[in-house]
Amino acid sequence: MSGSPQLPGASTASLDPQARSVPPLGGFSPGLVAIELRRLLRNRRTVIFTLVVPVLFFLLFGLNSAYATNRVGDGNESAFIMISMALYGAVLATASGGAMVSVERLQGWSRQLRITPLQPVAYIAIKMATSLALGLLAVVAVFAVGVLTHKPAMPLGTWLASGMALWLGSLLFAAFGLFVGYLLPSENVMQIIGFSLMLFSFGGGLFIPLSQFSHPLRVLATFTPLYGLNQLVHYPLVQGGFHWSWVANLVVWLVLFVAGAAWRFRKDTARV
Amino acid sequence: MAGGDGAGKGSPGRGHGTGGCVAAVELVGVEKHYGSVQAVRGVDLRIEPGEVVAFLGPNGAGKTTTMDLVLGLAAPTRGQVSVFGMPPREAVRRGLVSAVLQSGGLLKDLTVAETVAYTARLFPSGRAPEEVLERAGIAAIAGRLVGKCSGGEQQRLRFAMALLPDPKLLLLDEPTQGMDVEGRRSFWAAIRQDTAAGRTVVFATHYLEEADSYADRVVLVRRGRIVADGTAAEVKALAAGRTVRATLAEPDVATLRVLPGVDRVEVRGSTVLVHGTDSDAVARYLLTRTPAKDLEITALGLEEAFVALTGDDQEALGTGEGRRRR
Repeated sequence: MSGSPQLPGASTASLDPQARSVPPLGGFSPGLVAIELRRLLRNRRTVIFTLVVPVLFFLLFGLNSAYATNRVGDGNESAFIMISMALYGAVLATASGGAMVSVERLQGWSRQLRITPLQPVAYIAIKMATSLALGLLAVVAVFAVGVLTHKPAMPLGTWLASGMALWLGSLLFAAFGLFVGYLLPSENVMQIIGFSLMLFSFGGGLFIPLSQFSHPLRVLATFTPLYGLNQLVHYPLVQGGFHWSWVANLVVWLVLFVAGAAWRFRKDTARV
Repeated sequence: MAGGDGAGKGSPGRGHGTGGCVAAVELVGVEKHYGSVQAVRGVDLRIEPGEVVAFLGPNGAGKTTTMDLVLGLAAPTRGQVSVFGMPPREAVRRGLVSAVLQSGGLLKDLTVAETVAYTARLFPSGRAPEEVLERAGIAAIAGRLVGKCSGGEQQRLRFAMALLPDPKLLLLDEPTQGMDVEGRRSFWAAIRQDTAAGRTVVFATHYLEEADSYADRVVLVRRGRIVADGTAAEVKALAAGRTVRATLAEPDVATLRVLPGVDRVEVRGSTVLVHGTDSDAVARYLLTRTPAKDLEITALGLEEAFVALTGDDQEALGTGEGRRRR
């Protein structure tokens, strides 16, 4: 019993529940998002794939003088391609952010966090906010390079409207990243995500216009997860011919990804 | 001595049943099954504030599972767990309990300082990050990536994180696993310095000498049950004695108890088990003064007892089994 003073009075007094505060918002705080973002940016692969590759794609495909200045809606073809590449970067960014849960579970960090006051929902909120922050960086990177090249042309309002739409819309893929991250607790979850997003990008018409697909393939493409979002983010530029099927596509996939993520998330926290 | 009636014997300082004082940890009839695996098979345990308790037992004895239950990382299949009178999750939320978990639990791509800062943000009324880094002796490597830290440094980081909420109860699961002798010594020096302030500490170990040197109380666990509970000296004495077993219909328990060297008497149906340091006296009494028959004397030396415990050798355990009280 060395060093164990029997002072029940003292020990109960210090146990006053009011003396111990619980963090607000279940533990969510911008400071944590900042640490998470720094961590993501420390990963060279993440930076290359989400910030560098989309910019390179834009430089490769968006500046071709054969078609770059062709008129599209209120702007030109270069602007159209810039939006596509910004969307590609943004969805990679948000999916990467969501998929962080996979490695965190693998490394036992999720378990470690369970012996802190951080609430599971706040943890997800941190992941979402981090995804959005990285997604914003991806959009800004492509748009900034676009501005510097002087090629993409569209009204200022269109820059803002499509930029905003693709930034917020990319949150759909944060849910996708979470779902896959919870589903596959493996180190190479990012490869799987990168490959899926590449497929989705072709299906959504980000890389090749869907008009160049054969008819059956084109029909199939309209059901893939990036199709609706891609049409919507280009709408401020292209205008005309709005289809509710785009919204339907987006909503259905959002419901599917969120339901999938919630299902795995619940399974994960039920172990606790 | 074993999780039952005699648990408090010989250690009055522990204050069993001191009414009004809320236990740091209380487990009542706790069982935990994972599918068909029974990790914990009925544990009753009360740990008072300020105690330093070692959970001693071989791998797979249920030490980690018991810690998970106390931390609310797992829910008991049966029974009740409370920490300072609260459900474990609530105690965790209030920063009353923290732990150094076995391996893992760190992100390789954060620095030491960031890891502590991250956790610190979750404990608004906790200690300052700089203070715990200093306490754990890792202030000098604060800027290093966790992935580049040695095993001992990572363990110190886990310790630093566990200190952040300024917990009333600290759980350490095999805290010095993989450390060298010097690392071990300085780790315990840090813990000791910390517990001088009256913190309750429960640590799991399979090193006898660690339990002996650092704990006020040793709880021996094996196969999901508590097999002994007392001061290190008591547990040693328990392991050091001999057991006399005989078939005897109506033993005079009171007389047996006062025989020289006897510390425990147990009756199981028509069998009586008497444990003590002077097995000869017990045998003489049983054979000359009672109609006892089929007399058997089993001994297990201190080393053997702990080898049996820590080695998880089935045969040795079989020998130990006969000594166990229920």
